[in-house]
Amino acid sequence: MDKAVQPASSSQWLLGALSLPHRWRLGIGPIIAALLLLAIILATLLAPLYVSHDPLAMQATKRLQPPSSEHLLGTDPFGRDMFSRVMYGGRVSLLIGVGAALVSVALGLFIGLIAGFFRTADAIIMRVMDSLMAIPAILLAIALVALSGASIGSVIIAITIPEIPRVVRLVRSVVLSAREEPYVEAAMALGSSMPKILIQHLMPNTMAPLIVQGTYICASAILIEAILSFLGAGVSTEIPTWGNIMAEGRNYFQINPGLIFWPGLMLSLCILSINLIGDTARDMLDPRLKKREA
Amino acid sequence: MKFKSRDFTASKVVLDVRDLSVRLPNQPQLRPILDGVSLQIRAGETACLVGESGSGKSVTSLAVMGLLPKDALRVTGGSITLSGRNLLQLSQKEMREARACNMAVIFQEPMTALNPVMRVGDQIEEVLKVHGDMPQKERQQRVLAIMEQVHLPNVRRIYASYPHQLSGGQRQRIMIAMALILEPELLIADEPTTALDVTTQGQILKLIAELQEKQDTAVLFITHDMGVVAEIADSVHVMKDGQVVEQAPVERLLRQPREDYTRKLLQAVPSLVPRQLRPAKQDEKVLQVRELKKIYGGGGFFRRAEGTLAAEDVSFAIPRGRTLGIVGESGSGKSTVARCVMRLIDPTEGQILVAGSEIARLSRQALRPHRRHIQIVFQDPFRSLNPRWKVGRSLIEGPVNYGTPRQEALRQAGDLMELVGLPRDALDRYPHQFSGGQRQRIAIARAVAMKPDVLVADEAVSALDVSIQAQVLELLADIQEKLGVAILFITHDLRVAAQICDDILVMQNGKIVEYGSASEVLANPRHDYTRALTEAAPGRGWDFANFRELQLA
Repeated sequence: MDKAVQPASSSQWLLGALSLPHRWRLGIGPIIAALLLLAIILATLLAPLYVSHDPLAMQATKRLQPPSSEHLLGTDPFGRDMFSRVMYGGRVSLLIGVGAALVSVALGLFIGLIAGFFRTADAIIMRVMDSLMAIPAILLAIALVALSGASIGSVIIAITIPEIPRVVRLVRSVVLSAREEPYVEAAMALGSSMPKILIQHLMPNTMAPLIVQGTYICASAILIEAILSFLGAGVSTEIPTWGNIMAEGRNYFQINPGLIFWPGLMLSLCILSINLIGDTARDMLDPRLKKREA
Repeated sequence: MKFKSRDFTASKVVLDVRDLSVRLPNQPQLRPILDGVSLQIRAGETACLVGESGSGKSVTSLAVMGLLPKDALRVTGGSITLSGRNLLQLSQKEMREARACNMAVIFQEPMTALNPVMRVGDQIEEVLKVHGDMPQKERQQRVLAIMEQVHLPNVRRIYASYPHQLSGGQRQRIMIAMALILEPELLIADEPTTALDVTTQGQILKLIAELQEKQDTAVLFITHDMGVVAEIADSVHVMKDGQVVEQAPVERLLRQPREDYTRKLLQAVPSLVPRQLRPAKQDEKVLQVRELKKIYGGGGFFRRAEGTLAAEDVSFAIPRGRTLGIVGESGSGKSTVARCVMRLIDPTEGQILVAGSEIARLSRQALRPHRRHIQIVFQDPFRSLNPRWKVGRSLIEGPVNYGTPRQEALRQAGDLMELVGLPRDALDRYPHQFSGGQRQRIAIARAVAMKPDVLVADEAVSALDVSIQAQVLELLADIQEKLGVAILFITHDLRVAAQICDDILVMQNGKIVEYGSASEVLANPRHDYTRALTEAAPGRGWDFANFRELQLA
């Protein structure tokens, strides 16, 4: 049985192979982040099961109350229960975050594969992407929401479109390098059709970086949603989200700081943990190390 | 063939490695990486360390330099003495000193060993700066002097050049200048010519020998190429599985190898004697190329850019069951021709007839039915199979594309595994579970699965150890015998070409300089370039497999 080949840099190979197990060692940070995110997701998803107040029910007699046993986080200027609003608000914020991440990854993947593989399409697509990137994301999102009206769907689309160029660039760069691999050329020689080569040979290469990029998009989408709501260009105020809870609370901030503090805290924790998980995923899926293993 | 035969017993011992053992830490149950390696090199002596990949050559050199990856490999026994100092007892700082002043290294790939954003002159100067304070003026003088010594042309211009502006040979000369400017006692050369063309290789080897003589340097030369060993070695150390299995002066080792492993290694070296002429069985030409021309780049939207001419006026034909070799150095256009023939790139002009059909101008769609007649095997066995796919899936990709039912294709794939000498259950494994040679067999099986008329082998054995190289060449010959396929064999290695080709076509700068039967081209080269190529082949006067001088018939 012949042993591994490549008379070339066997010393380099050795270095790479032996440091492998290291990257699977998880620190305490990512584990805490994952647990925290899980807790937030469960708490918001299951909110209807345990929350005692309707987040939309106004009680004129109970405006701006401090935390009490009945209203854990107090009430807002309309006498609505802050605790249930924050929990329900998280549902919408997370939905928008995950939705925007999925849509932009899916669309970006499709466009990026085509741009990476077909030279002529590449020139056109990338110019469009360049011009999209030239417009500030928030401005573009505000314009899109203003055009299409404020609903969860339109906010997701408004956040997605500025994110797409980033995904396209990422996918395109992976495809550009992967299509030079001999196994892709061999597939061409074997008569595999273009869609088959794209989906079966090239797409799997993009998965690791896409998962990482997806988490970042998710975090930034939650943040952008909050900014849009805060600016009054987001989801209509009837639907609580972390962003518009804070937007409504800003006038009464000095009377009841909790109006901004609690949704803000949830928002920060959520984004922090998603980003931490993204970083960990990136370290674990690093394509350069992946290659050594493969 | 004249070997080096100087007697070194009077010279001082520069490097003395005794019973060196290296292990993976905390894994005493595993076989050691180095197991009791001993070797001695005296001043002015060239010691070659030969062996196949994984034999421990590189680990030995890393251990001498004190560059073993920390945590990953540990010296567990023995001693390394450089001019009387035991290197294993030195502190980090002292080791760095020793590495800088007493020994130097040249690596295989000069491009990655040089800093791409720094002028090469400054890089050589850097070495001087670290050791001793020399006035700027004097430093520059020394750098220019050493650049003269490594025979770089136009030293002032090259002094101010960046690495990418130099050729591979020039870069390697810069590396040598850097290594030798401080006149170290020991020079470690780790496959320094493997990435170079054969004519450049000859010059670099000569240069190292010349400077070695001037400075009386001890050289530890790591290589897998027996030809190089025959040219430059004083003594040879054959390594296998972390042990030195045989050490001897070069002539004795090549004439009377004592160990079986050494014999095996030498017998695997392909001979430069061309293979026996085979009578052409059929006249049917399965691949015909006429006046092929390829220009890279060019065109341009706003102005007509000048393209790079990669191949011009290339015409040849291969009958069924025969092998044509395209030989040339890097940049000669041989791979361009192969890729054009495969239609992986579009030829600029010319005709390509595969099994009678003209394919040079067909669109992607129209091309598909013709693809099955011509298949390719690539150089790098680690990249030519999709790492995410099981071998079986890779093997049936082609046949399924042309309508063979999956089950049927899998059954045939099993037969193919046996044809290329692998077990049937290999189909259920992933490529990373195989060695390079085995993967190359799988790649050949994948190509053969299409029952092609023509097989293009693009440097298909160049990444393999010699013994495996020999097996894969045998496999190709065997497959040709059984299936009658025509082979277009692209290689830079004349020895390999001599082994397998019926006809040889020599290319230089995109043009054919010589085209004829293998025996004619190799024995009586008519073109200067072909002659230069054959003369540059290291160890060309020696018949390694028979342990004697080459007997010309």
